Amino acid sequence: MLLDKDRIFTNLYGLHSPSLEAAKKRGAWHLTREMLAMGPDWICDQIKASGLRGRGGAGFPTGLKWTFMPKEVRERPHYLVVNGDESEPGTCKDREIMRHDPHLFIEGCMVASRAMRAHKCYVYLRGEYIAERHAMELAIKEAYEAKLIGQDNDNGWDFDIYVHHGAGAYICGEETALLESLEGKKGQPRMKPPFPANAGLYGCPTTVNNVESIAVAPTILRRGAEWFAGFGRPNNSGTKLFCISGHVNKPCNVEEEMSITFRDLIDTHCGGIRGGWDNLKAVIPGGSSVPMVPAEQIMDAYMDFDTLRDLKSGLGTAAVIVMDKDTDLIKAIARLAYFYKHESCGQCTPCREGTGWMWRVMERMVKGEAEHDEIDTLLDVTKQVEGHTICALGDAAAWPIQGLIRHFRPEIEDRINQYRLPRAMVQGAVIAAE
Amino acid sequence: MSDTFKLNIDGQDIEVPKHYTLMQACEEAGAEIPRFCYHERLSVAGNCRMCLVEWEGAPKPIASCAQTVGDMRPNRDGSAPNVRTKGDYVQKARNGVMEFLLINHPLDCPICDQGGECDLQDQAMAYGRGGSRYEENKRAVDDKYMGPLVKTIMTRCIQCTRCVRFVAEVAGVEEIGMISRGENAEITTYLEKSLTSELSGNVIDLCPVGALTSKPYAFNARPWELRKTSSIDVMDAMGAAIRVDAKGDGVMRILPETNEEVNEEWISDKSRFVWDGLARQRLDTPYVRVNGKLVPTTWGEAFEAAKAALAAPADKIGVVAGDLIEVEQAKAALDLFRAMGVQNTDCRPAGAAYGTDGVRERYILNPTLMGVEEADALLLIGTNPRVEAAVWNARIRKSWLWGELKVGVIGEAVDLTYDYDHLGTGGDALANVASSDFFKVLKDAKRPMVVVGEGALCRADGQAVLDAALKLAQDVGAVADDWAGFGVLHNAAGRVGALDVGFVPGEGGKATAEILGGGMETVVLLGADEVDLSALGSAKVIYVGSHGDAGASRADIILPCATYTEMDATYANTEGRIQMTTRAVQPKGEAREGWAIFRALSQVVGKTLPYDTAAALRAGLRGPEGENTVFSGLGFAPGASGASALQTAVTGSAGTISADAFSTPIDDFYLTNPIARASKTMAECSSLSTALDTPVAAE
Repeated sequence: MLLDKDRIFTNLYGLHSPSLEAAKKRGAWHLTREMLAMGPDWICDQIKASGLRGRGGAGFPTGLKWTFMPKEVRERPHYLVVNGDESEPGTCKDREIMRHDPHLFIEGCMVASRAMRAHKCYVYLRGEYIAERHAMELAIKEAYEAKLIGQDNDNGWDFDIYVHHGAGAYICGEETALLESLEGKKGQPRMKPPFPANAGLYGCPTTVNNVESIAVAPTILRRGAEWFAGFGRPNNSGTKLFCISGHVNKPCNVEEEMSITFRDLIDTHCGGIRGGWDNLKAVIPGGSSVPMVPAEQIMDAYMDFDTLRDLKSGLGTAAVIVMDKDTDLIKAIARLAYFYKHESCGQCTPCREGTGWMWRVMERMVKGEAEHDEIDTLLDVTKQVEGHTICALGDAAAWPIQGLIRHFRPEIEDRINQYRLPRAMVQGAVIAAE
Repeated sequence: MSDTFKLNIDGQDIEVPKHYTLMQACEEAGAEIPRFCYHERLSVAGNCRMCLVEWEGAPKPIASCAQTVGDMRPNRDGSAPNVRTKGDYVQKARNGVMEFLLINHPLDCPICDQGGECDLQDQAMAYGRGGSRYEENKRAVDDKYMGPLVKTIMTRCIQCTRCVRFVAEVAGVEEIGMISRGENAEITTYLEKSLTSELSGNVIDLCPVGALTSKPYAFNARPWELRKTSSIDVMDAMGAAIRVDAKGDGVMRILPETNEEVNEEWISDKSRFVWDGLARQRLDTPYVRVNGKLVPTTWGEAFEAAKAALAAPADKIGVVAGDLIEVEQAKAALDLFRAMGVQNTDCRPAGAAYGTDGVRERYILNPTLMGVEEADALLLIGTNPRVEAAVWNARIRKSWLWGELKVGVIGEAVDLTYDYDHLGTGGDALANVASSDFFKVLKDAKRPMVVVGEGALCRADGQAVLDAALKLAQDVGAVADDWAGFGVLHNAAGRVGALDVGFVPGEGGKATAEILGGGMETVVLLGADEVDLSALGSAKVIYVGSHGDAGASRADIILPCATYTEMDATYANTEGRIQMTTRAVQPKGEAREGWAIFRALSQVVGKTLPYDTAAALRAGLRGPEGENTVFSGLGFAPGASGASALQTAVTGSAGTISADAFSTPIDDFYLTNPIARASKTMAECSSLSTALDTPVAAE
């Protein structure tokens, strides 16, 4: 269990003031000038050495990503864009950072900007995040007034930060769709290459990072890469905010060590599974996009990127959705299928057409109104969507259904049988009277 | 670093330039890649996902249209990356995409106008499943209004966004877009307004399915029952390559063909939709006016009447050639009237000041239509290419958008779909051009281009304007050994050809204004309808033309003529390119080819012309074997070779230039010639665009 002295987000629950004064007392903006003075290479090296992997879901090494930016600023300025479009169902970590620890985050933006030689940072906020926007703007104002940021600030690196409000589209959390939206266009993912590090915002070198990845950076630099790397198993180091929701006794957000076991995580922070561990049915360990893992596989698994990948799932955003045996898994996944159908941008054929198809079949399967061989058809359709689109939304729509079929196929079959039982005379799913 | 890249495609080693897309590389290797959203003249969208190929080692299939070859990596051992365009993996990926495209497609092919020439239909043959696994209801989408030309059946749309990209990039009006998202995404014109582009019909060709089809052609014919004839267009002076599709004796539709040097693969709406005018208001038999009324008659009687009318003294006979005259007719008519001693001949009904000095380079577009892509500065004087040569305007836009071209305009400040420096509206701006900022732009340009249009030439000081423009071109270095950057942009298909055969006033002859100004005993109009006939007085009028328009209603004798779809005829476009139309259908009724009418008439009046066939006439134009004339071969456009003729100093000024504004030569894009004026479609477009131009009170 993570000790209080090792927590990065010491005001996660908003028990203290988010103001600059209070944040400084908690350690924010300490030695920032000295960190910035060490230069981009040192910052990148430290972040690399810390083993920090992107907290937005994909888990790409953050330090490595920063080094993709051009080594010199040429005619096009560099930009840091922070992805605060936290829309993944189950995920609610970035909002807590922005509401309660905004200064840690703003400091992170500045450090990261220094690392990528950017003087401008845009924070793209989810449309629904009103309080978070107010908190951010208040904090930015404080920082400007204290000359911590801005032109000719006391930290010695010219730096401006802007908060941009999205309009509440899930797809704008995809980094290139986010850039499109930021530029004032319709939020549709761009093709890659070119990657944002070459041609991002307004065609300039840009890095897009998750809020949490940025917010942990200053503390890593202050306390040293080794300190951060000391948590978790190799290649999965650091502390991480987990968002535990669903059928636990006390759902919560908590900062924990990476590679904590699922059982530890739930027992320590969430008061255990509702109805006891025997009542656990399945867990979606990383936000709605990753496949579910059945109880017996997840119970003692490490909560980190590699373990969950080996379980054919993923850590994603570490939004742990716990489902006990009361849960109608088919209905749960059908709801997610509806979400992806609703949020598909409509650009690529497989996702545009496939998400609607999958959702409709799932809705019938909730009732059991389907043929047995449709399960295979559905699985095949998910495979036809997966990997065939510009962005990963197609994958995200396919995986939850694949996870359901992989682990709980008998349940779907039962449902179909149950539906047919009182309708013994009726062959097939469609009833004449309907 | 080498600028080529080695690939192994389907087991075949190939080396291609690094800027190639993987799709181009695959095609270079002989593989066929299916596609819907990709179009070589539009930006890459990469959204249909039909062009997936396998790149060995890549985690997922690659959209080949969007993958630049230069961004690819060699294999770990340094060998060329292996790409496969065939095989189970690729086939399965494409099958999947095709299935998705079809689940919400209505499959109403039997009643779809695209049927038989539909990309989706064709590719479904190769990649479609035998049956459907889709048990749900199909999506239905409301049809949208896009104006009188484009019919929409939006349920068939596969959201490839080619139309969106075309109107935004090529046509330059952002009027089509995709609204909503996911499976609710719909293509529409904003607020369902009619498209205002002159090129809107091209979205019909671009649409790979039957979502956007031709409204006037709807349900008229199936593609396989049409007789297809390659020809050229005469609606403007560009001479765009077209294909005339005919059924029986009627033209059913007109489509563009590719001519990279002229129209790329676009045509204007007038070129495309004018075909219903070919069947309406036709002069299909000779007429003679008896007791004030035109009565049908035979060719023989009409010729006798014409002979009587042409018995007038030669200096009391005037001949005016109209906008659509073909070279053969102009030649035969000119030969006949010169033989009769008539000097009052003119092919410039609007009175433009060019062509009298016999220097061809001073009345054609020397830098060529394609040359604008090389140019880096362009000054348009008294011309609005958007209506005078709509497809060329798209090319100017292309050069402005993707290249370095800067544009200046002297004339009306209209929306040309690209930004330009407006130097002024009138002659004073041309006279003072040397003091403008744009003069420096022209001067600094490597390939400056000065283009003058009829709006600046059809006025009393036209000759002075032409001289001033040429002088300007010389001053800014637009005329060099390897670049002839001066040109005239014509708006009439027949003009350059008629000038080439010398259809201008002969020794002491009169020009159009004087011919029509009264005092003539007999006036011959060769399809000249856009002229003021009110001052002719009691003059006898012989009208040789195809349509019952202004000229025919004033005529005393009508000799009916074939149209451009009904004969093999030579035209020279604005750049002096010699091209030929092809007969797609028979001439209407008794109508005959223009040259044949004059050949027959020549016999009646006793001045028999020395050729019996069109081929003999053309041989006469070409001159003796080995001699180089403009008509020596098809397809000549001058380009830099015109420079030497332009280098001679401009001699003497034909007066001063008035400060009056250069007026637009075309009031209504859709109604510029008798064929267009006979078309219902064009009339509808015209009334709609006029309504758009009229400001609404609330605005």
